[in-house]
Amino acid sequence: MSLTLSNVSRVVDGETWIDDVNLTLEPGSFNVLLGRTLSGKTTLMRLMAGLDRPTQGQILMNGVDVTGVPVRERNISMVYQQFINYPNMTVYDNIASPLRLAKMTTQEIDKLVRETAEMLRIDSYLDRLPLQLSGGQQQRTAMARALVKDSQIILFDEPLVNLDYKLREELRQELRALFKARNCIAVYATTEPNEALALAGNTAVLHEGKLLQFGETAEVYHRPKDIITAEMFSEPPINVVPGRVSETEVTFDDTVHFQLNSDLRPLEPGDYRFGVRASHIGLVPHSDDDLELPVRVDLAEISGSETFLHVHNPHFDLVLHLSGVHEYHVDQQIKVYFPTHKLYAFNESGRLVHAPAGLGGR
Amino acid sequence: MTKVENNKAWWLVMPVFLIVAFSAIIPLMTVVNYSVQDIFDPYTRYFVGTEWFKQVMTDSRLHDALIRQFIFSFTILAIEIPLGIGVALMMPTKGRGASLALILVAIPLLIPWNVVGTIWQIFGRADIGLFGAMMAKLGINYNYASEPMHAWLTVVLMDVWHWTPLVALLCYSGLRAIPEVYYQAARIDKASRWAVFRYIQLPKLTNVLIIGVLLRFMDSFMIYTEPFVLTGGGPGTSTTFLSQSLVQQAIGQFDLGPAAAFSLVYFLIILLVCWVFYTTIMNMQKDK
Repeated sequence: MSLTLSNVSRVVDGETWIDDVNLTLEPGSFNVLLGRTLSGKTTLMRLMAGLDRPTQGQILMNGVDVTGVPVRERNISMVYQQFINYPNMTVYDNIASPLRLAKMTTQEIDKLVRETAEMLRIDSYLDRLPLQLSGGQQQRTAMARALVKDSQIILFDEPLVNLDYKLREELRQELRALFKARNCIAVYATTEPNEALALAGNTAVLHEGKLLQFGETAEVYHRPKDIITAEMFSEPPINVVPGRVSETEVTFDDTVHFQLNSDLRPLEPGDYRFGVRASHIGLVPHSDDDLELPVRVDLAEISGSETFLHVHNPHFDLVLHLSGVHEYHVDQQIKVYFPTHKLYAFNESGRLVHAPAGLGGR
Repeated sequence: MTKVENNKAWWLVMPVFLIVAFSAIIPLMTVVNYSVQDIFDPYTRYFVGTEWFKQVMTDSRLHDALIRQFIFSFTILAIEIPLGIGVALMMPTKGRGASLALILVAIPLLIPWNVVGTIWQIFGRADIGLFGAMMAKLGINYNYASEPMHAWLTVVLMDVWHWTPLVALLCYSGLRAIPEVYYQAARIDKASRWAVFRYIQLPKLTNVLIIGVLLRFMDSFMIYTEPFVLTGGGPGTSTTFLSQSLVQQAIGQFDLGPAAAFSLVYFLIILLVCWVFYTTIMNMQKDK
């Protein structure tokens, strides 16, 4: 069962919500839709589900046009950000509800409900009402409802955002494992690049209703097609520094330059924008090639056991992603080390022309 | 350590004392006072103990009014609650239609009660009233001034017209509070319209419905103005409800003592019924 979106657009009140998306999802695949709020993730899912009709374009299932087929006649499931369960039905009845509508026998229903509940580890709460459960258990119930029937497509619309961090990690792991054995198409929307990386599978990067790039998650991460994709798929966003490549060296500004290394040698001389991931810049040099850069601190943002260090030099700003807690005061003068071997190079129109080797991917 | 004497605090609680005294305690105690005395004129009164209460308990006129009152309240609840839910479900949710529907539904609530009585009095007249004339055209000899059943029908109809909008508005707000994704999830589950109502909308409406039932019960149990204007309690005593018998007794016959005793019993009945309602509904919710 494959799902194909072909030149799909959706325009609402003159505003383009989805702009000419082409996408094919293979059976048994796990697909992440990555994009910020309002990038069109939910709209795209609603189109896939048949809840809305595209303004233009076609939606094909196994090559059959299903564009006009309403959701009631399709076989899909959806899990939402909110924990959507029938409030006055027990967990058991909630999970059983899609099966009852499908007119299955009581024994079949019972078997499936118990299996699914066990899989999601809510089998000891079957007699409770959803509101008597914790948020995580409520969402497990909603997931069980989605998983219990044999759907062709299962859509997850940011299902874990309302859960706490630990629970989120746990459920994410389980979810991934659950789908290994299934032959349906899973689509999972998230705003967090890290979640996309953790879920692996394929990733589609969305931005302002456009599909920027679709491919294997690691491949998209390591070889983003352009600057926007790279920015969308990194948290904090990848640093972008304008620079010039000459016959012999790379110049960021009058004071910062380094010898053209083997990595960057294939680049034609000219102006480029160089991308460097926040986690690749260090406070200590990792190799002899690292470029020492005197900068001033703007802000040290401490999040958990990590620090986002915002710094600037007279020509550009940088963000460093450091593990551990580091405290700096504003305007403090420090030195950071810029990895000249881990640079992405984008041409002036923003297309990727060089990705660092040896970071994984192709 | 010496105790600090500060009498200023009295000034801070005084306003509350005064308001509560004048709004609740003094009027209530006056009624209690009346209920145990036989009053001939402001200077001639005798203490009679529980005599008026005994009289109220055995007065068949009041019993009849009480039964009529219960029948009335349960009738209008049985009509207004389902009808209000129905209206709320049919009201448009978006666009200009939504505000227009809200205004149209709310209009009856804005009309003063005695005006409502007058409107229906004219509306039901066979000679000049739209409703009365229509009934006459249909060959029904409709006359609310002489036929007890017709008077009843008119009073019930009037109350339904006047107060169903309240239930509808309460339910409407309750329905608006249900997130869109619930309906979306139901569509994905292939749930029927009835299932959506039974398993999503009704459970989410329970709380506003409790308020609606309580409000409508209390209000209908105290109904006075509209039937007074419409039928004057007649024909005979067929639409004389509790508050009207009370007024007849207190003002019409100037039987202050029995009327006071009756007021207290009336008050206790309302309190009791509301309490029973509330506890039953709360227990029903807990059991679920």
